[in-house]
Amino acid sequence: MDLTLKVWRQANATAKGKFEQYKVNDISPDTSFLEMMDVMNENLIQQGVEPVAFDHDCREGICGMCSLFVNGRAHGPDDDITTCQLHMRKFKDGETITIEPWRAAAFPVIKDLMVDRAAFDKILQAGGFVSVNTGGVPDANAIPIGKAEADEAMDAATCIGCGACVATCKNSSAMLFVSAKVSQLALLPQGKIEAKRRAKNMLAKMDEMGFGSCSNTGACEVECPKGISLAHIARFNREFIKAKFND
Amino acid sequence: MSSIFSASIGKKLIMSISGLFLIVFLLVHLGINLLMLVSADAYNAGAHFMATNPAIKIMEPLLALGFVIHILYATILTLQNQKARPENYSTVNQSESSTWPSRNMYVLGGLVLTFLVIHIINFYWKIKVLGGHDIPSVIVDGVEMHDTYWLVAGLFKFWWFDVIYVIGAIFLGLHLSHAFWSAFQTLGLSNIVWRKRLHVIGQIYTYLIAIGFAIIPIYFLITG
Repeated sequence: MDLTLKVWRQANATAKGKFEQYKVNDISPDTSFLEMMDVMNENLIQQGVEPVAFDHDCREGICGMCSLFVNGRAHGPDDDITTCQLHMRKFKDGETITIEPWRAAAFPVIKDLMVDRAAFDKILQAGGFVSVNTGGVPDANAIPIGKAEADEAMDAATCIGCGACVATCKNSSAMLFVSAKVSQLALLPQGKIEAKRRAKNMLAKMDEMGFGSCSNTGACEVECPKGISLAHIARFNREFIKAKFND
Repeated sequence: MSSIFSASIGKKLIMSISGLFLIVFLLVHLGINLLMLVSADAYNAGAHFMATNPAIKIMEPLLALGFVIHILYATILTLQNQKARPENYSTVNQSESSTWPSRNMYVLGGLVLTFLVIHIINFYWKIKVLGGHDIPSVIVDGVEMHDTYWLVAGLFKFWWFDVIYVIGAIFLGLHLSHAFWSAFQTLGLSNIVWRKRLHVIGQIYTYLIAIGFAIIPIYFLITG
C-alpha cells in the first residue's frame, strides 16, 4: 500500500503547530498502524528530518499509552481497539490519512502527537482508591458480592485510561473515565466506605482540570477500546447526587 | 447540598429537571390542541379551562421560569464545554459514534426557541397581552368565552404558517429524540436494562409530540 500521511507537527507545548505531509510506500495491509508510523519515522531519519513523536508502549492494547485521532476518530476507524491494534487493512491503497493528537484543554500537546494526560492521574489521586487495607487475595466467594456486581465492577475496571473518551467527546468530557473508576469501586464492599467522598472529590477535580460536562451523546462508549458502558456514567450521576443530598 | 449546582453534574441536573418539567407541559399542551380535531366547542372549552383554572394560573409563571432556567443553563454549559476544547480537530467523523441531534441540542434548542417566539406572538400575545378584544366570543354550555378556535383556524388559513408550524414540530421532535433518555441518564435513573426501555419510551413520546403538533396545521390545510 502507498499512503499519504497528513501529520500534526508541533515542536513543544507553546509552539504553533501545523500539518505536514509525508509519503510511505510498500506498506503491507497486515502492518499495524504504529508499525506503519515506525516506517514513516525511519524514512524521516534517513532524510535528515526529525521523526514524529507519538505515545506507545505495550503495543498489545492493554497499557493505554497509544492515542492518535485518525481520520476524525479516536484510535482510528475500527471498534473496541487501541491504535496499536489498528491494522492497515482498514485503509485503502493511495489513501490520505489525517493523524492528529487528542484535542482537549486538559490534555496539552507535549510534542507532535504526544499529549499530557496527567490530568487523569490527578483525578485518580482525588479519590480513585480505597484507603482500607484489603489484605492478600481473598478466598473465592469470601467477598459478599453477587456475580452480576462483580462482573460489572470488572467491566469498569477494564478502563486503561487512554483518553479516547475525552478525545472523541464534543465537550472533551472525562465522564466515561471518571465514572468507570467510580463505578469499579462503588460496586465492591471495599469501596463503599469512601463512596460519597470519592464521587464528590473526583468530580470536583475533573471540573477543575478543565474537562467539559456530559451531553450523553454516547460517542465515548463507541470509541472506548474497552467498550465501557454509559451505564457507569448513570451510576456516577447517581452516586454524586446521593452524596450531595446526604451532605 | 451547598455546592451541588456549581459542579458539572449539578448543572446537568438543572437541565434534566427543567427539561422533564417541559416534557410534561408538552403533553398537556398537546392534549388541549388535539381537542381541535374533536370540535370547535371542545377546544374552546379546553382553552377556556386553561385560561381560568387557578392551578393553571399558578403554573404559568413556573412554566416561563422553567424555560428561562433551561435556556440559561444550556448557554452556561455550552460556553464551558467549548472552552474545554480550545483547538478543534481538522477532521472529525462523529456520525459513526453519535447521532446528529445529540451533538446539536443547543442549535436545535435555539431553533425551537425561534419557533416559540413566533408561536407566542401568534396566540399568547393576542389573547393574554392584548386582552383578546379582537377575538369574537362564543357560548359553550352556557358560558361565554373567547373563540380561540376562530383564532387558530384564521392563522392556519395561510399556508406559510402551516409550514412554519410543521417545521417547528420537526425541530421539537429532533430535540426530544435525544432529550428524553438523556434527562433520565443525568438523573442517574438509567442502567443497561433501563437504557433500552427509556429509549423506546422516548421514541414513542417524541413521535407522539412531533406528529401530534404537526397534525393540526396539516388538518387545517387539508380542510381549508
